[in-house]
Parts: sequence; structure tokens; C-alpha cells
Amino acid sequence: MTMIKARIDNIEVEVEEGTTILEAAEQVQVKIPTLCKHPDLCATAACGICVVKVAGRPNLIRACCTPLDNGMEITTRDPELVEVRRNVIELILSKHPNECLTCIRNGNCELQKLSADFGIRCEEYESIVPDLPKDDSTKSIVLDPRKCINCGRCVEVCQNQQAVWALSFLNRGISTQIAAAGGIPLAESPCIKCGQCSAHCPTGAITEYDDTLAVWSAINDEKKHCVVQIAPAVRVAIGEAFGLKPGELTTGKLYAALRRIGFDAVFDTNFSADLTIMEEASEFVERFVNKTAPLPLITSCCPAWVDFMEKYHYDMIPYFSSCKSPQGMLGALAKTYYADKKGIKPEDMVVVSIMPCTAKKYEISRSKDMYSSGVQDVDYSLTTREVARMLKQSGIDFLALAEEEADSLLGEYTGAGTIFGYTGGVMEAALRTAYYFVTGEDPKDLDFVQTRGLEGIKEAEIDIKGTKIRIAVAHGTGNVETVVNRIRHAIETGEELPYHFVEVMACPGGCIGGGGQPTGVTDKVRLERTAGLEKDDHAHQIRCSHENKEVQKLYEDFLGKPLSEKSHELLHTHYVPRPCYKR
Amino acid sequence: MAEEKSGNKYIDESVNVVKKWKNKRGSLIMALHEIQGVFGYIPWESARTVAEQMNIPLARIYEVLTFYNYFKLEAPGKVIISVCDGTACHIKGSMNVLDAFKQELGVEENETTPDRLFHLQVVRCLGCCGLSPVAVVNGKTYSSVTAGDVKNIVAEWRAKEAETA
Ligand code: SF4
Ligand code: SF4
Ligand code: SF4
Ligand code: FES
Repeated sequence: MTMIKARIDNIEVEVEEGTTILEAAEQVQVKIPTLCKHPDLCATAACGICVVKVAGRPNLIRACCTPLDNGMEITTRDPELVEVRRNVIELILSKHPNECLTCIRNGNCELQKLSADFGIRCEEYESIVPDLPKDDSTKSIVLDPRKCINCGRCVEVCQNQQAVWALSFLNRGISTQIAAAGGIPLAESPCIKCGQCSAHCPTGAITEYDDTLAVWSAINDEKKHCVVQIAPAVRVAIGEAFGLKPGELTTGKLYAALRRIGFDAVFDTNFSADLTIMEEASEFVERFVNKTAPLPLITSCCPAWVDFMEKYHYDMIPYFSSCKSPQGMLGALAKTYYADKKGIKPEDMVVVSIMPCTAKKYEISRSKDMYSSGVQDVDYSLTTREVARMLKQSGIDFLALAEEEADSLLGEYTGAGTIFGYTGGVMEAALRTAYYFVTGEDPKDLDFVQTRGLEGIKEAEIDIKGTKIRIAVAHGTGNVETVVNRIRHAIETGEELPYHFVEVMACPGGCIGGGGQPTGVTDKVRLERTAGLEKDDHAHQIRCSHENKEVQKLYEDFLGKPLSEKSHELLHTHYVPRPCYKR
Repeated sequence: MAEEKSGNKYIDESVNVVKKWKNKRGSLIMALHEIQGVFGYIPWESARTVAEQMNIPLARIYEVLTFYNYFKLEAPGKVIISVCDGTACHIKGSMNVLDAFKQELGVEENETTPDRLFHLQVVRCLGCCGLSPVAVVNGKTYSSVTAGDVKNIVAEWRAKEAETA
């Protein structure tokens, strides 16, 4: 590997060839300000805030997209550069509404922070804020193009990282605007509601659809029995909103906080993740051993992936697991099994879920299967970000709370349930239980490390006492096509299947990197959140879903056995091809 | 293989156009150009057809369509009024003429009247500066136009269209 030597602000640096000036500067603790650049994404070089001087070059150079060259003498700060950067910010602000106090990103907006850092105190240029309407048609995310600074992150995310191509830039120059093709409402576009655009937007131009007011009134409605469930990935991320490091486990505090704000029962989606494994591993064994349906089996717990498949890869429907997501399963059981035991009518209940995810807002009404209790199974799905706000509004000293336990019937979980939150975790959890179903014993080593890590596509062969199972794990919908094409090719040619079992999560890193998680995610943060869940897994005495006592009791008292008629009625769903564009 | 017709002219005609361009590199703009030649604009159905047939995301097609001023996304009016704003015309007050048209028709530039009869646009130099200020209506040139002439020009074309309708 070729190394490059140069000086940045008179400090020697030596970096690999291809390293940008921005990255090289970070290595010697020089922080060049950025706005459009996101560590996940290719530089769009749209804003011009990162300009630096390179000795011998007449013009200013953008550090985020310029590779360091041998012998470069770089200046990252002097009065002139500060002035240029300040001017860039002032120009951006002149097109940006002055609405910080009422903005959903107040307090964690990258533009607001820059403006504060540079001490912008007055409006230098006449304000020309375009008059553009909001688009909340998806009811999952909201576009507010007035607040857009045209950094290009969301377009890069949607077109390349996610390969959805819902978002694009329309027009050019000063009238440039983000929108779906031809300016149609986003809900009529191929958008899969993954929310990755909202997790990457530096400002309040793309945000989650806010359901908190509706949830507050449900909680305060005395006639309603209001229960809540918490997804795996939330517990290692919500702490960030209260100053904790990514990955710190807050499960017990979260249970306590939710009781304090008025929920009548607190359940855990990790419980229904364990249940999902019981159903899905059974499905796998059915297909693999008894050949009742074709292989590969493809996981279905990510609603953005389901939506993507129904739009772009609907020839995969026969291979899809019919399992609902853990959110859907818990909702159905809360309004049947739990409601029965408590003697409450399902229509007198409200089920709220707390998810790392904006697509889960879409999922709760995506088909009639989501009304399996006779009413809508899950009433509201909140993102991690919304719940962090609700806790702050409530004046709860979150970090000081004593830990509590979840409520029984739908609250117990194993290590297998908690790892649903990261890429490869569903596969790993399913393998633990499939191994048991096939051989009658638990695998000696429960850690299927081949499924782990942030590589976009992970492939492996797993040995179940001599039987080889080929698996693939993909995350970020941009990585899906390669996997699907391999499957397609084998099916068309009759060649041997490349995989028997495939896991897909729409968000890079899986749900820990979900579109509804605290903003500012990078691979470093993804790994820290993942480590938090791994720790949770290892801290559990029981690490296999089939050993979850409450799940066992649920089968004894209510469902019978995995894939029973009752299971199918409540825990499974159907898929249909959907058009990318509605018109 | 028998060709399937959708029965929608915007789709079927676009399928025909795309056939010619499908396998040539960089031919998206040419195909769109030709479709605009047929319909006078790019209807949504045509854009969708191009996307499907050429295997290009629709979002990318609209990025292209809205990048170039040349492409129109809405059916133009039947009578197209082009007011020249070249340097010569500008100096001689073509903007007053434009304002008069705006007022008479109740539209802004690049807009079509709700009855789809008139479309108002501004063009760069038409190359007949000696006649400035110039307006061209469906190919007919009006020279040394003043704001006062506008009412009559509009009336003339309204009558003409009423006859042929
Ligand atoms: S939610 Fe996902 S699919 Fe929809 S616009 Fe954003 S990035 Fe694209
Ligand atoms: S919506 Fe946000 S991410 Fe997208 S271009 Fe605008 S500011 Fe950037
Ligand atoms: S990966 Fe998780 S957070 Fe992302 S869309 Fe899928 S379920 Fe939601
Ligand atoms: S951060 Fe480099 S151009 Fe925006």
C-alpha cells in the first residue's frame, strides 16, 4: 500500500493513498467543519464549508472530496478561511426558514450547530425562503423541502445505499428541490419508508412522522388499557438522547420510565422476537427437512424489506417466511391472549410500540392481516427519537431511574431475542433453534460468528451435525440485488441453490442503525450499539428462543404448537406484488 | 411475438419511440426529445414507459426532464405566444409587452391558461432585432409591438380558434 506524506497546519501526517484531506486531518486531531459530507456516504461536495488552502494552489480546495497528495502543505484555518466559511453559512441561512425554536431538530441540527459555532448573529443576506408544501403522505416520514439545504445526502442514501430511487432532485440552480419523481407525493412513489433519509438529513427537512400527540391522548384516556412494547435495538440507542454512549443498555430504566408516563403494562418485543424464531425456525425445518415448500427461506421481519420485495422483487414471494414481524406478533397477542387473561376487550385496548424504525409505522396497517385480533393489532408505532422526546417532556430523570422488570405473559426474553436488533442476529437466533429442532440438542457453541459484522453481504456454510446449511445475510437494501439475482439464477437454471436461508434487513447494520434511531449514526456507532446487544445476549442465562418460559407457556395455553392454525391466524401474513408507482 | 397495445396513446407511442433508441448508449435525451416532438410535452405515462422500457429509474428521468428548461411537463396551450427578450427587444420595452400579455391572459410566463388555449413564454433573441420588440404567435411574427397591441392580438387568435373549434 502506498503511503502519502504531507503537512496539515504544520503537523506531519502520513496516510494511505486515497485518504481525503478531511480524513487525514482527523487523524491529527484537526477538525475541518463539514455540512454536506456524511461519513457513511460518498462526498457530494455540495456545500463548500470544508474549504482549505493548499500551498501553491490559487483556489480554495474542498477537503471532503480531495485526496491528500505527497508533499501538500495544507492550511485549515486562518482569518480568510473563517470568513469564507461564515459567508457560506450566511448564504445557506438566507434560504432557510428561521424556525429553529419550533423545529423537530432543535438541539441536534447540524446547520444550527454550525451557525452557533461560527457565531452568526444577524441575517447578512435578504431571506428568500421558497414556499413549498410539506409531504407527509407516507405517514412514516415527513419531507419539509423548505428546510432542505440541498446537501444531497438523502438522494445518495435513497438511490445508492438503499437502491430505492424514491427521492431525487428536481429542477436546478436556486429552484433545486428534493421530491419524488415528477413531484408526486412520496406515498405514490417506490419509497419503502425505511427512514434512512431522515436518519442522515443534517436538518429538519426529512423527519419521522410524529405520532406522539396521539399516543399522549391514548395514555391519558382512562377508558383505554394502554400497553407498550420495546424493540431490541431501542434499548442500546435511546440513552444517546440523554448523554449516554451508544450501546449502553437501558432496558430496565426504559420499563420504569414507560410505567411512570402512564402505560398500564410494559411488554418487550424481544419476547415476540423469540416467538418469531419458534415460528420461523419451524418453517425452515419444514422446508428443509420435510420439503413442504421451496427453499431458500427468506426472513420477513423488516417491513421496509417486505415493501421493497413486494415492489421490486415480488418473484421472491414464494420464498418469503410468512411470519409477521415481532411488532406484529406482539400486537396480535396483546389483544387476544393477554386481553383474554385480563378480561379486557380488544377494542378497549391501545397497543403502542417503540421501534428504531419508521417503516413500522407503515406496517401496522399494511394489510388486513394486521387486524387479526378483530381490530387493528398495533395502534401506534413510535420511533426511538419520538419516545426520547416524550420522556424529556415528562420531566423524568431517566438516567437516575431504578431498573424495573417487564410485565409477565409477553415480557420475558432470551439472548436470542435481543440480537434481532443487529444484522445477522435473526439468522443467528434462528440457527440456534433450528439446530435444536433438527438434532434435539443445543449447539455446543451458540455464537454463529459467521453472521456478524458490517460487511454488506455475509455468506457462510453452517454445519448442523453433518448437514450443511448455506446462509446469506444482507443489510442495506442496496445489497439485496446481488443476493436475489443469485437465487433467481439458480431457480431459472435448475442449478444448486446458493443458499438455504437468507436474512435481509433494510437498514445498514440492521435495526440498531434504523431510520428511527437517534441521528448521527456512523459505522462506529453501529458497532457500539451492536456490542451493547451482544453484551445483553451474553448476560442472559438462557440464550435460545425455544427455552423462553413465557413462550413455552403461550404455546401450552393458547397457540398449541408452532405453525398451528391459531399461529397462522395471528402470527403470519401474506404478500402481494405492489406497483412502484401508483399512477 | 404479437405486440401488446395498452390502448393509451401516450404509452403506445412512447413504446414505439423507445424501440429505436433502446440499445444505444446515452440515448435517453434523444428518446425524450422525440416524444416531446409528438405530444408537445412529456406526459407522465410516457415518462413511465421510457423508464420501464429503458430500465432507468423514473426518478432519474425526472431529474433529467426538470434539469433542462427545454422539456415541458404539461400540455402546452394551442396558441403559443413567444415574447422576445433579446437585448434589442429588451431595450425597446419587451417587458412591458410581456406584462400586458400576463394581464390580458391572467397567467405568468411559462404558464398555460386554464382553458389550455394560450401558452405564454419568453424566448431569447429570435434573430429579427430590426423588428423589435417582437412577439411570435404560432409562427406569425408581430413587429414593433406595444403594450397597447396586446388586446387585439389576443382577440385575433381567440376568434381564429373559435372558428376552427
Ligand atoms: S424512507 Fe427510504 S425509501 Fe423512502 S425516501 Fe427515505 S430513503 Fe428513500
Ligand atoms: S432533505 Fe436533508 S438530506 Fe436531503 S438534501 Fe435536503 S438537507 Fe440534505
Ligand atoms: S432494518 Fe429494522 S429499523 Fe430498518 S426498516 Fe427494517 S425493521 Fe425497520
Ligand atoms: S463538506 Fe465538503 S463540500 Fe460540503
